[in-house]
Amino acid sequence: MKIIIKNSSDQPLYQQIKDQIKAAILRNELAEGELLPSIRSLANDLQVSVLTTKRVYTELEAEGFITTKAGKGSYVATESQELLAESKRYMVESKLTEVWEMARELGINKDELYSMMDLLFEEDEQA
Amino acid sequence: MNNILELTDLSKELDHFRLNKVSFSLMEGCITGFIGVNGSGKTTTIKTILGLILKDGGSIKLFGKEMTEHERDLKNRIGVVLDEGYFYDDMTLKEMKNIISPAYKSWDEDVFVSYIKRFNLSLNQKISTLSKGMRMKYAITLALSHHADLLIMDEPTSGLDPLVRSELMDLLLEFMKEEGKTVFFSTHMTSDLDKIADMLILIDDGKILLSEEKDQLLDTHAIVKGDNKLLNEQTRKLFLVLRETAYGFEGVTSKKSSVHQQMSDVLIEKPTIEDIMLAYIGGSKDAI
Repeated sequence: MKIIIKNSSDQPLYQQIKDQIKAAILRNELAEGELLPSIRSLANDLQVSVLTTKRVYTELEAEGFITTKAGKGSYVATESQELLAESKRYMVESKLTEVWEMARELGINKDELYSMMDLLFEEDEQA
Repeated sequence: MNNILELTDLSKELDHFRLNKVSFSLMEGCITGFIGVNGSGKTTTIKTILGLILKDGGSIKLFGKEMTEHERDLKNRIGVVLDEGYFYDDMTLKEMKNIISPAYKSWDEDVFVSYIKRFNLSLNQKISTLSKGMRMKYAITLALSHHADLLIMDEPTSGLDPLVRSELMDLLLEFMKEEGKTVFFSTHMTSDLDKIADMLILIDDGKILLSEEKDQLLDTHAIVKGDNKLLNEQTRKLFLVLRETAYGFEGVTSKKSSVHQQMSDVLIEKPTIEDIMLAYIGGSKDAI
């Protein structure tokens, strides 16, 4: 798993770390049931505070992406498949909403938009 | 996370200085940096916690127990490194150890010997012949040889070269790997804290100005630079300190998100702990 912290970013540290772990889970880089590093060792490696990594894990757990077993550590949640499918759909939906809003503002109608999408799929099939 | 140490309204009147209702707590599993300029009250606070100076008022709770009532028990769980070392110069390392070790119930000779080896110290050497760095390593060795849960250090890095300082920081991280350990150390060199601190407590003139998570502090504070035209009655309030010249302004804010909303076309940069510390101290001085 790759985690890169941007010092120039406006996003809070915990948010940056959380998003990247979440992305790694969504991309299946972190498999179901895989053990995550301890909050202390993750904090040391990223040179952030243990309180920050603790918050990351607490929030990921609340959102159902990981589970924590007392004294053993945190794992990628095994029940996360349905959740994953749902968040993948959500991510695409939110991008589509942006596209739809832009299309409406610029006066591009439904048929045009659909044919653009068809074109993208066709190009992908040819490649 | 539990509170390991809780200070409530600690006060102490000295000749030219007083601790003014100092309250803060240390969380288990965290490294807390205690920052402030020289003479701000760091050493007085630490000495009062350790009972080397008697408090005038307030309470000191360690591991949930009142310090004054359970001093002997509680001190067994603390490792201490003080600035001046408090060693007898004419003794060898071994002789000094023989004086200190009986004071601790859980003294572990094996741990002591392993640190002595690791730091290349020689037990027959006189304390007066130790370099500043060696002296600190010896003090740490004594502090860590009785399985302490809380390590308290007063200016452990002052006067040390960068290499020894980074060795010390690595040692602290190693100490923290074991569950339930806590570190509290004072410093005026904030760069020591950039990498390893979890919490920061800022003291100035005997008063606590700030006690917060380090990463959160760095996330909410910012250095802001821009055109003087952007400063008005409302935006001025967003700054802890503000320096204006004919060419523009530069200030430190604790409300980064409000600056984002209310001021466009400004340059926002990440502050260092030092920037934040000076902003708070400068800010409080201006107010007086």
